[in-house]
Amino acid sequence: MNGAHDMGGMMGFGPVRDELEDPVFHSHWERRAFALTLAAAAAGRWSIDEARQARERLSPPVYLSKTYYEIWIAGLEALLTERGLVSREEIEAGRCLGTARPVERILETDRVDAMIARGGPTFRADGPAPRLVMGQTVRARNIHPPGHTRLPRYVRGRCGVISHLHGAHVFPDASASGQEDVSQPLYTVRFSGRELWGEEADPSLSVSIEAFESYLEPA
Amino acid sequence: MHDDDPPFIPDARRSHDHDDHDHDDHDHHRHDGDVSHIEARVRALEEILTQKGYVDLAALDRLVETYERRIGPRNGAHVIARAWTDPDYCERLRTDATRAIAELGYSGRQGEHMIAVFNAPGIHNLVVCTLCSCYPWPVLGLPPVWYKSAPYRSRAVIDPRSVLAEFGFLPALDTQIRVWDSTAEIRYLVVPERPPATEGWSEDQLASLVTRNSMIGVSPALSPEAAS
Repeated sequence: MNGAHDMGGMMGFGPVRDELEDPVFHSHWERRAFALTLAAAAAGRWSIDEARQARERLSPPVYLSKTYYEIWIAGLEALLTERGLVSREEIEAGRCLGTARPVERILETDRVDAMIARGGPTFRADGPAPRLVMGQTVRARNIHPPGHTRLPRYVRGRCGVISHLHGAHVFPDASASGQEDVSQPLYTVRFSGRELWGEEADPSLSVSIEAFESYLEPA
Repeated sequence: MHDDDPPFIPDARRSHDHDDHDHDDHDHHRHDGDVSHIEARVRALEEILTQKGYVDLAALDRLVETYERRIGPRNGAHVIARAWTDPDYCERLRTDATRAIAELGYSGRQGEHMIAVFNAPGIHNLVVCTLCSCYPWPVLGLPPVWYKSAPYRSRAVIDPRSVLAEFGFLPALDTQIRVWDSTAEIRYLVVPERPPATEGWSEDQLASLVTRNSMIGVSPALSPEAAS
């Protein structure tokens, strides 16, 4: 969806402010927000794409006025309530009012390291073969899916060159609606700065994105 | 807030919750009322989820400890220093970064599919995630606030030189700036150029020159003088 999360090329947000490598978290609640999000996801009731979509669906004024981990918490609350794991009344009351529903698994302490080590590889060896080739010029399709997509607005309708083939990967647009077994060939596409931003753009700039095959058409 | 504000470097020794309300950008500076509201909300959510048995409290502690103490940018610095000192390793990093990084013990969540992009004379690489906050956790840990912030995500793809300038870095005008927007599950590690006057340095010495920011691409590796 064309949400506030799709920020490439927007203006007016001000300077980037560097920070030291430590601390990792800037307050105690951020630690808990981070850990709750990972632990709740490990229960297996949603994919990473469903989690991203839950954050992106926040209305633009809300998304832009929340800090990063506030967005995570809002997304987590939406995922929990939509799946009936926690009720909206419980969220507002701040306490447990009913019984639990079954989940696929609970992340136990002694499984945390293994969960992190395993990660969530998205490569699918049995996925479809690529129909586009290295060096081919392609156009990012001018599409505006109302659901989750990983095709940023700033490349839509623009031409670039395929610079990497990554094999087939889980297709986020489908995974975000619960179809986790759909994969598509994934490519890196390099765009010149001038193609994206016009003749006034810095001639030394190029921007590469990772694009699924259905985002692209031969140019 | 003005575009010509100098870069702001928070003092890590102070609580972030109470500093610099003058810098009222929405990235992470909040007023106390907002902080106590979200603190209470997260605490309540944690209680609900633990009472229902969906999450285990000790597992939450382990997750936090992992990303505060075990997985961070020193991992990536180790990879870079090895690449600078071992040409065979450097070649493996170039051709199969996921496997080369795993050789040193770093793999897994948010680093399942890695690509290393190499800076060279006339070529500078910069990594961003304009859509969210994708970042190579096994080698860099969790991203800094600025990487996840609207200023960086919006500007890195349209005006990266102005972003680099805010980090005090001004590549030559004929240097190619190659920006990598992490829009799928590929994660990028920038391999900075080895600083001059480091001949004969050990891997550990070299790793001390490799900053988090140099592996995202917003600055070069430290010079020996800057590090000392």
